[in-house]
Amino acid sequence: MRARSVTIDAVNARKPTRAAETADATQEIAMPSATERRPQAPAFAQLRRRRTGRLVAGVAGGVAEHLDLPVLWVRGAFAVLAGCGGAGILAYALLWVFVPQGTTAERPISVRERQQGLGLILLGIGAMVAVGSLIALPTWVVALLVVELVGAAVVWREADESQRRRWRQGARSGVADALFGGGGRSALVRILAGASLVVVGIVVFLVGTSSIDDVRFGLLAVAATLIGVAVLTVPWWVRLVRDLNVERASRIRSQERAEIAAHLHDSVLQTLALIQKQADSEREVRRLARGQERELRNWLYGPDGYGSDRRAPVEDAPATAFAAELGRICGEVEDVFAVKIQQVVVGDCDLDERLTAQLAAAREAVVNAAKHAGVAEVSVYAEVESAQVSVYVRDRGAGFDPDNVPEDRHGLADSIRGRMQRHGGRVKVRTSPGAGTEVQMEMPRAAA
Amino acid sequence: MLIVTGEATAEVGESRPVRVFLVDDHALFRAGVRAELAAAAEQVEVVGEAGSVAEAVAGIGHYQPEVVLLDVHMPDGGGAEVLRQVRSKNAEVVFLALSVSDAAEDVIAVIRGGARGYVTKTISGRELADAIERVRAGDAVFSPRLAGFVLDAFSEGPNSAPVGDPELDLLTPREREVLRLLARGYAYKEIASELFISVKTVETHVSSVLRKTQLSNRYELSRWASDRRLV
Repeated sequence: MRARSVTIDAVNARKPTRAAETADATQEIAMPSATERRPQAPAFAQLRRRRTGRLVAGVAGGVAEHLDLPVLWVRGAFAVLAGCGGAGILAYALLWVFVPQGTTAERPISVRERQQGLGLILLGIGAMVAVGSLIALPTWVVALLVVELVGAAVVWREADESQRRRWRQGARSGVADALFGGGGRSALVRILAGASLVVVGIVVFLVGTSSIDDVRFGLLAVAATLIGVAVLTVPWWVRLVRDLNVERASRIRSQERAEIAAHLHDSVLQTLALIQKQADSEREVRRLARGQERELRNWLYGPDGYGSDRRAPVEDAPATAFAAELGRICGEVEDVFAVKIQQVVVGDCDLDERLTAQLAAAREAVVNAAKHAGVAEVSVYAEVESAQVSVYVRDRGAGFDPDNVPEDRHGLADSIRGRMQRHGGRVKVRTSPGAGTEVQMEMPRAAA
Repeated sequence: MLIVTGEATAEVGESRPVRVFLVDDHALFRAGVRAELAAAAEQVEVVGEAGSVAEAVAGIGHYQPEVVLLDVHMPDGGGAEVLRQVRSKNAEVVFLALSVSDAAEDVIAVIRGGARGYVTKTISGRELADAIERVRAGDAVFSPRLAGFVLDAFSEGPNSAPVGDPELDLLTPREREVLRLLARGYAYKEIASELFISVKTVETHVSSVLRKTQLSNRYELSRWASDRRLV
């Protein structure tokens, strides 16, 4: 009964587990370069404005995706906030400025959703005007503010689209390019319309409010113009910062590319050239290919290899040498005796005198298997536990009768058994003619 | 276990080849696997292949294969992404990871995503055909290397984090023993005679290890990583 309930719980737990795993994977990706290197790592839903299926700038949609909520709720929240002294509109504008646009294409927007969204926008503006007029702002001021906002929005929207084009073309942007975006006549018209709306709004606002104090009027006009210019060039500034980021990312990428190219040149290409020269000798080709595979594998997936996340500097990582050393030994034997060694290591630890002896014994066992078993593959399994380190060397080859080993053969007796026993370890050999051989070597670990 | 056992037993009498779908981003490798499997045509039939995640999802939906041979490393998401997209729709398709990768994180991710086994790309055609039949019948297929990865992931190192559900998070001594023998290069039959149990029991142990790997909480993986660096 207990067991069954656990199973059902476990099945239910499957989905959250996967979500947690995704989050975990994202945490591991600390460096931007790591993201690029492993594009298959599940991407966390970053806050990005939508490109398609948007009403104004895709902010609400982006936020909805980020928070995993229905778009309608987010739009509604913006509308309600807009009633609170225009906070919703301010928030929307700020998000528009600072959140980069997404790059993926999503589903298109449905008619009903568009209608709902437009309704909410009107509702929000209505609420803002209503609340605004309640707190004694003259309606015409509000109207002028709305005119300005609409003008700015038109300019912004245009800049946004040009930005998208720029992403596609990958061109660097100048001021003019940023504002006009190479969008031709219609873009120019829209920019001018937006700019003039802003200017008209500001001028009318000033003419209406300032009583005829000339100096103050002059100052205000200058300030208003400066603000207007600042507002109009904000897209350009923001874009400048983004350009810098893009450039930095692409520089990192090209550095990585250069590093990979250099490595491949030093390893794989050299080996392939050697193989071409020695194509007649099958044994030599195999040896080269195997050595190269091992080296490249280690470079890609090894503990301090290229593919592992190099977040910790190497010097404060302890010298976990046992696994690496065993790998080196297996590689050597592979090269010398032209056999494949399937090597699995669980855990790792520092080397000490005992483990060095064990490694030497293991080497002898692997060499024996490679020499005498007459097989193409040898399995080596090592496990580091808190109390002891075990190494198993196994082949499925000829095997032998332990009682019939000639007196003059010292490999097993001295190099393996003797070495292990001198350091307090144990050796077991299981073999019989035709059934292969397995040498088990266990070494207790020094009390650390 | 999502395998429809009724269907499996119904087909024991007639030996129809298993319908296999290949997913790997290297066309040359797919061609090689096809050629290797052609030698075992009475066991296995390759019905289609795909070179990307999107193609794989579409192809698996279209051909309805019984077993999918899945590469771990692919652009735009890899094997884990294919699993995520396909398993919700076609729960009865069985996945077998076939990888050259030595990165335990990648392989374990695919196993946790729901693959029924993992074999390396140096496997021979005959062994691959057998492995395909075994996962088709509902067994889990572990290569020595995967057994090593799993032992590593579940190892109780001195720095291990506290575990959530002990029943799920720990391997029984017997399962550990079976895995250890697998890692040492033993075949299921040899494990059975070594431990004086039936092959069926070995398969049960391996399946439950697989289930625990798929359901265990996320501590293992991070623990595994930290153990590896700190021990």
